[in-house]
Amino acid sequence: MNERVRRLREQSVQARPRISAERAQLLTQFYRANEGKHSVPVLRAMAFRYLCEHKTIYIGEEELIVGERGPQPSVTPTFPELTCHSIEDLQILNSREKTSYGVPPEAINAYRDEVIPYWRGRSIRDRVFPLLPDSWHDAYEAGVFTEFMEQRAPGHTVADGKLYTKGLVDFQREISESLSCLDYLNDTEAFEKREQLTAMTIAADAAILFAKRHAVLARELAEQSTDPTRKAELERIATVCDHVPENAPRNFYEALQAYWFYHLGVITELNGWDSFNPGHLDHHLWPFYQRELASGTLDRDSAKELLECWWVKFNNHPAPPKVGVTAAESGTYTDFANINLGGIRRDGSDAVNDVSYLLLEVIDEMHVLQPSNNIQLSRKNPDRFVKAAAKVIRKGYGFPSVFNADGVVEQLLRQGKSVEDAREGGTSGCVESGAFGKEAYVLTGYFNLVKILELTLHNGFDPRTKKQLGPTTGDPRSFTTFDELFSAWQQQVDHFAELKLKGNYIFEQMYARNAPAPFLSVITDDCIRKGKDYNAGGARYNTSYIQGVGIGSLSDCFAAIDMHVYQNQTVSMDELLAQLSRDFDGGEKLRQTLLNKTPKYGNDCDEVDRIMVRCFDAFFQSIDGRPNSRGGEYHIDMLPTTCHVYFGAVTGASPDGRRAGMPLSEGISPVQGADRIGPTAVFKSAAKMDHVKTGGTLLNMKFSPDLLKGDQGIEHMTHLIRSYFKMDSHHVQFNVVDVELLRKAQANPESHRDLIVRVAGYSDYFCDLSKALQDEIIARTEHESF
Amino acid sequence: MNNANVASAIVFNIQRYSIHDGPGIRTTIFMKGCPLDCWWCHNPESRDRKAAIFMFADRCIGCETCLKVCPEDVAEPLDWNPAGLADPLKCTLCGTCADQCPTDARTIVGNAYDVDALMREIDKDQVFYDESGGGVTFSGGDPLGSRQNAAFLISCLQACGERGYHRAVDTAGFTTSQTIQAVAPLTDLFLYDLKLLDDERHRKYVGVSNQTILDNLRVLSDLDANIWIRVPLIPGINDDQANMEATADFVASLDRPSYPVYLLPYHRIGSDKHRHFKEGYRLKDLDPPSKEQIVRAAEPFLARNLKVIDGNGDE
Repeated sequence: MNERVRRLREQSVQARPRISAERAQLLTQFYRANEGKHSVPVLRAMAFRYLCEHKTIYIGEEELIVGERGPQPSVTPTFPELTCHSIEDLQILNSREKTSYGVPPEAINAYRDEVIPYWRGRSIRDRVFPLLPDSWHDAYEAGVFTEFMEQRAPGHTVADGKLYTKGLVDFQREISESLSCLDYLNDTEAFEKREQLTAMTIAADAAILFAKRHAVLARELAEQSTDPTRKAELERIATVCDHVPENAPRNFYEALQAYWFYHLGVITELNGWDSFNPGHLDHHLWPFYQRELASGTLDRDSAKELLECWWVKFNNHPAPPKVGVTAAESGTYTDFANINLGGIRRDGSDAVNDVSYLLLEVIDEMHVLQPSNNIQLSRKNPDRFVKAAAKVIRKGYGFPSVFNADGVVEQLLRQGKSVEDAREGGTSGCVESGAFGKEAYVLTGYFNLVKILELTLHNGFDPRTKKQLGPTTGDPRSFTTFDELFSAWQQQVDHFAELKLKGNYIFEQMYARNAPAPFLSVITDDCIRKGKDYNAGGARYNTSYIQGVGIGSLSDCFAAIDMHVYQNQTVSMDELLAQLSRDFDGGEKLRQTLLNKTPKYGNDCDEVDRIMVRCFDAFFQSIDGRPNSRGGEYHIDMLPTTCHVYFGAVTGASPDGRRAGMPLSEGISPVQGADRIGPTAVFKSAAKMDHVKTGGTLLNMKFSPDLLKGDQGIEHMTHLIRSYFKMDSHHVQFNVVDVELLRKAQANPESHRDLIVRVAGYSDYFCDLSKALQDEIIARTEHESF
Repeated sequence: MNNANVASAIVFNIQRYSIHDGPGIRTTIFMKGCPLDCWWCHNPESRDRKAAIFMFADRCIGCETCLKVCPEDVAEPLDWNPAGLADPLKCTLCGTCADQCPTDARTIVGNAYDVDALMREIDKDQVFYDESGGGVTFSGGDPLGSRQNAAFLISCLQACGERGYHRAVDTAGFTTSQTIQAVAPLTDLFLYDLKLLDDERHRKYVGVSNQTILDNLRVLSDLDANIWIRVPLIPGINDDQANMEATADFVASLDRPSYPVYLLPYHRIGSDKHRHFKEGYRLKDLDPPSKEQIVRAAEPFLARNLKVIDGNGDE
């Protein structure tokens, strides 16, 4: 990395994230003056244009790629139209120990005087909660499931290659064609379509205007600059911003800057989950890179410098913080943009190219929290590629994570995508599969599979909140077989799945009707052709996901009950329930028996792995294929982010010997410490799940660095990954750190600030994690070889 | 040798994702029974051919289950008696206490496997062997350490051969020349231990003469077997210049002196294991060899143009 990049990186890493009320104030001004004058989509688009016209723009001293979400780097705007922070929320954010956000007094004042008075009662969050039934609220508060859209807009959106061959004027031409084709005589939705398409045109104009404001500022700065080199750079910036995103990019530089303006547009318009994502960056940049290298207008070093200047922009964007209870406990700055490398092209050919390797070098050198990155590993990709990635993984940053590109294609095909669209798909967020540029695949919430077992064991009653949450599926003391218990659990799962789906319907429609995303719709196929918004089913594919959490814990619970209550009758159901309610107080012998004398998931033991498969199938049956409100279908994911910690906190002691409040297993990983036979056994157990039926699974493996030493270590990692993917699995991520170091970092965070660990689908600064999560990461089995 | 008579052997560990005992990703089968008595043995539980009981005092919660279930009335909680057994001679190794112990503070070491049962375990990682060019390593104890072990080994090697797995045999070579000749064609790689070239010292620290061991290595070499020579480096016992020179001379005198020589630095894991096992450890307070000691030990081999690899995988 050169000096410029080093300085830009340093500024980004050192900056303390802050909150700015600028967006909230501008939006409030706009809405006060205009609400009621236009249809919702047009109003939203005009609001977006108002923001693009008036928000503070920023060009940093040595920057080559320009544009910020907030008025400055590391300053995040807020989205009061979705969820309006209270003064208390802002104070908590300012003062909490972990992942705090500086909140200046003027922001507090603006919220008190302008923002809160207008948006309280008008935000989506304020409006949607009263619409949900009491049973939904009860289950939600008990921790049976969470809801993604209570704080942020639907997201998980990824760009495809069209942003590099078209400009916004080209999209506007398509919008005009769509408008001219509207059939007012026969189409009952023609009016809605007209409003949507009009909104899209306004939104495209807004983004062009935003870029041109940067061109103007760059020229002003160029005039003031006394340094001829910087003057030339600023003039170049002005030329680039004048051209893109209005027009298709002509070179490598413009391609990167164009994406960045699209990115800013999407995350300024709304606050979707996982921000926005360039998808297969190496595929998209390759034509520019190749052409310019041949013509001599670009060399490898300057391409790398541009990439690194662009890379650091992601790290300037801490995620907009949440409100309510989660403001106190939730913690990460990462906004989950996840860049894909490798994989295959639309025609099925190997997509790895020189830019893929260049980007691996960038990842290695930059070593920053954001953006997340991954390799999509196809059987068609060369071993050189996975080995180059393994060398970066080995350093222990937790990047890149590794996905089975062929598995992703198979998942998307099963969901009904065309083979080309499936191949152009990949991964966003943590581990979620989607067809890039053509799909609105919305994660709707985590689903606590272990809590539901707890409810089943109490005949639908929740001992923590003291409420009857589920149906009365029978007193488990009366069950004479394991199958009776299992089917009771299945009934409870069906019940809560339906409750969750009903809630989702209301959330999805609230967004579809009140918070359309006209700018995002411009760049997502087929919103323009359908004249329909991204949030309302305009995309070619419209998927809703529910994410199952705790499958490892659940399988071990069922295995323990099966073995000790039904088969060996070591303990009666009555006694087991009594011990669980006492959190094993005085029952250490039973707890130890449950822990040590029961087959555990993660050891390639068919007896318990079959139970895992049965649980998975039941959850899948309950949800997969159900219609959502946007014309698409529901599917499942198996990932927790950090929710297994929260879900564990609200779940009592469990039959696997877990004490009340302790974290559940994460992703599809075994219970922390339960896998004792090494990594191949974990892979084998995990692969018994039918990953193809999901839209993503998350498997965490922790290796100490000495296991990955030398060329041999890289060979072994390569073989492990390839073998796991041969079994049609989805994803694996490697934590390469030793426990010693983690303990040191926990004791002395000041000197280990830069320690990045893989958490669950993403990496985070270890010292920013809660003590509970730190402990959990330390406890995860370290796979030592003997 | 009649394989039908020896349908089973006692296996005390099946180590999956074993990456130091041959090429690729492997499963290493540790068979009980070893005729040698090396002072530094890091698998003390492996010498005896029978099963044994391991005890982990730190896991014991004093629940007294062992006391209640022991048919001979000899088992008792570890915090009562650190040695674990009131009268070890009465213990019949029936395993009831280990089965019932809720914390696995008592663990039975060694289970009888027949060939089919063992192959079922080995087959579990087939996908990893295929991908990595790995396979199975038979270790111990010593898989050639008794007639029974050797017969069982031959059946397993045949079964692995049918499946196309790479087969390695980790042995000290203290067996008959007929056994060596029977095993050689079924084995893709021998991991062959050489400890001390001086017979008197060998008798002292290993418990037997080294003559058979050296002869068998020559037999294997004559049969054109693929061999990795493994020399444990035990400071003060065999890492002296004289022994290293003699070992290097011997390797260089073989028909195929291109065999790689692995120097395996002594480590202390063994001393911890001895703690759980009812035997003292004869090498108290011995430090692992330093980097310099390893480099010095490698010199005689390098001087004879032999390929030397240290146990950490570095050439």
